[in-house]
Formats: sequence, structure tokens, C-alpha cells
Amino acid sequence: MSNLPAELSYTKSHEWVRTLADGTVEIGITDHAQHALGDLVFVEVPDAGRVVKADEPCAVVESVKAASDVYAPIGGEITAGNPKLAAEPEIVNADPYGEGWLMRLKPAPGALAAAALLSAAQYQQVLDSEGD
Amino acid sequence: MARQTPLYRLHQELGARMVDFGGWDMPVQYSSQIGEHHAVRRGAGVFDVSHMGVLDLRGARVRQFLQRLLANDVAKLKAPGKALYSCMLNEQGGVLDDLIVYFLSDYWYRMVVNAGTRAKDLAWIREQAGLFEVEVTERTDLAMLAVQGPEARAKATQLLPPAAGAAALALDTFVGRELGRWFVARTGYTGEDGFEIMMPAADAVAAWRGLNSLGVASCGLGARDTLRLEAGMNLYGNDMDERTHPFESGLGWTVALAPSERGFIGRAALEPIVRAGLERKLVGLVLEERGVLRAHQKVVPAEAGEGEITSGTYSPTLERSIALARVPATTGGRVQVEIRGKLLGARVVKPPFVRAGRSLI
Repeated sequence: MSNLPAELSYTKSHEWVRTLADGTVEIGITDHAQHALGDLVFVEVPDAGRVVKADEPCAVVESVKAASDVYAPIGGEITAGNPKLAAEPEIVNADPYGEGWLMRLKPAPGALAAAALLSAAQYQQVLDSEGD
Repeated sequence: MARQTPLYRLHQELGARMVDFGGWDMPVQYSSQIGEHHAVRRGAGVFDVSHMGVLDLRGARVRQFLQRLLANDVAKLKAPGKALYSCMLNEQGGVLDDLIVYFLSDYWYRMVVNAGTRAKDLAWIREQAGLFEVEVTERTDLAMLAVQGPEARAKATQLLPPAAGAAALALDTFVGRELGRWFVARTGYTGEDGFEIMMPAADAVAAWRGLNSLGVASCGLGARDTLRLEAGMNLYGNDMDERTHPFESGLGWTVALAPSERGFIGRAALEPIVRAGLERKLVGLVLEERGVLRAHQKVVPAEAGEGEITSGTYSPTLERSIALARVPATTGGRVQVEIRGKLLGARVVKPPFVRAGRSLI
């Protein structure tokens, strides 16, 4: 059983999405994802100003074992990449839903409504079906 | 279905994440791969290496047979128990496997071969052995534990009766000895001191638990890979295979070309290659920027041509990325590596990167 905050939205590819007060969203990887990857040793986040489409690979998380893409759950413009992760990628392991956020994004008009996001309960079903 | 070692159920009980490795269901990590790596560099760790093949070769002409079969020369082995690292080559000089061979008596040698190649090796060895009347026995009755780290020998010998423990502590590097039911060798694949211990399969679980209770950490194949790469040791299938020869794989030192009359398999193909001068070489790389070097990334030397990373990882000891790469022989002190479309700078170094816990770069 993974740690899944109820106030967040999720994707099948193991990202989480938090809607902030100003209408932008914060994106990271789930506790399940960080655990499956193991100790992270390198994280590459997108630069502010980059425009991404939904499902486009836009960040990379690397553990000792392997590199994995992180996909944009929603189309829009990147407003920030987490600057701390270049020097301290292990923050993602320690606090995946808080200090370990990867990027913030301003959704394109209508993109948030169009995104195929999951509730915590729906994401749990995805994990159950993967044999978690 | 993947094969299981005698320790399979214990790995599961200890919470290991299991993966397929060379047709075997093996533990890749127990808790933290980096934590297990540091346990070996700073204290002691134990690995299940029972998936490796242990072959006993017996016969009156076993020495002559091995002098034909192996690229290194078992005539270097003078004292019983002494071990030799060697490649086994095909007629084209390509590497069929890398292995350790122990000289146990004039009639008996023991070989330890890789898990993924053991079936192929056994068929090849038996095919060559016929003329020499050498009997080859696969010791599937044995388990093998690698106990590695600066504290490994002191801890592992506590599992033995006092006299056997003292005899194990007295072993020189690269020497093994039968002590009761166990064969204890001062060898390893981590760049640290330690033992590799072959024992009856029925002893393995109690030995592992005993080591754990002495503070020896359970370690998976993940940590084994980062440790061996820091130690500059090749991995068969990554850094060399049947399509590459030892001299372009950093293993020229293991090929005994003298005496010239020793006709080992592969010699006829290698001699003209060495005479003509080598086109490629295996080097170490240290990434000077953030990122992780991985196998198959393209290497761009300043001089000419291009190369490829054969093994790459994040080095927990050095806290930066390191790799082995096959590059043109003209490659000098610096290269660039292409990672996701970007060229990042790396320094060419001579492996090992780490030995006995200390950085060498």
C-alpha cells in the first residue's frame, strides 16, 4: 500500500498533480514511483518558458540502475523546475509529494479539464492491477 | 522459468527485490542499493553468487588441457590453491567467457564461470576435453557466498571452527583452500578484501544468517555492479563478448603470449592483431558534468572516430558518474559523451576508479 494523499490527482504513468492557488499546477512522481526506482542520483527538470504537450517527456529521473522519463500530465508552459534537485536528487526519495516536486506548469486553456487525471482511489486501482 | 539458488526463499524473507539475471531469479537489492554499496566499502557485505558455475576438471592431462583451453597460462600456478584469472577464447580470439581457475592438485583444477554462459561454457569445454581425457563435473551441489569488505575476513572466519578460521585468515590473496566442508578463497569482484566461499547447498542459509548476525549486510546484484565498476573490473556480456578480443577489452594483461610454443585456442587469430597494432582500447571515463553514463551511449573523442560506453553507472564512492568505454586507440585525455542528444565532457582515466575504499582518480 503506497502513500497517496487524497487531495492530489494522479496519472497512470505515476506522476502526481497539485493545483495551486494561482491556477498553476505542481507536478512530481509518486511515492510508488520513487520506491520502484530506488535511490535517485540525477534529476533533470525542464527550464521555465518551455511549452509542453500532454504526455510529452519533459523531465528525467535516474536511479543507480536506470533512467526514466517523466511525462507532462497536462499541456502548458513550464513556470519553474525545482532548482534544488540538481544538487540533491535524493529529496525526491525522501519527500516525493513535498520538497521533491519536479516542475510547475501553467496549463494551456482548457488543458486541465481535458487531462485524463485519476483520483487517489483510481490510482490505487492502477497500482493494484500492477501487482503492488 | 528462472532458476533459483538455495538462498532464494531467504532472499524473499529478507525483502529483496528479485530480478532475472542470466536465467536466474536473483536479488538486485534488499533496502538501498547505495547503502549496500557503502556497507561493502566501509564494513562487510554478503552476496549470493550461487548462480555462477563451479566446474571441477580432473584427469592426468588436465594441466595440458587448460594450457590449450585458456588464454592465460596455468603453468603460472605453482602452489596448490593458487588461482588465476583468464579469458576463454574462440578460434577467432573472441571472448567466450572470463573465469577464475584454481590449481588444486596435478589431477584436479576448479573453474568458476559466469552464470549466463555456464551452459555454453560446459558444452565448449566438454567438446575440447575429449582428446585430453579430462572429466568435467558441474558442482550444482554447491552454493557460493561472496563476503566482501574491510571487515569481511574477520567476520566470515567466525563461522568456522578456530583452526579452520585461523587457516582462512592466513590465506594469501588469490588463494583458496578446502577447510572442512567449505572451500574458502581470498578472491572477489568488489575491489575490497574478502572471501568467496563454496559450501554444500544445505549450509548456505545458516551461513547467511550467521553473517547477518555478525553485522554483515545482505547485498544484491545492484551493489555488486557498482562495486565492480568502481574497481575497474569487466562484466562479461557488457565489456567484452565473443565479438571482441581481450586486447581491446582491457584484458591484454591476462593473455600469456609467452612461451610462444603454447598453442592456446585463439592464439593464431590474436598474434597478427597484436603485431598490426590495436585499433580500439577499453578506457575508464569520469563524467565532469551532472548526469549518468550508461551502456551504449556514444563517445566522441577529440582525435578521431567514435566509441561506445560498455558499462556506466553512478559511483556512490566518488559521487559522480563513471564508465568503461571502447574507443579508438588514438583517443587521448578528454572525450564527449552523448546523453539524450547533449554532448557532455568526460575525462579518460586508467581503471580502477576505487580500490580498498580509496579514490584513485
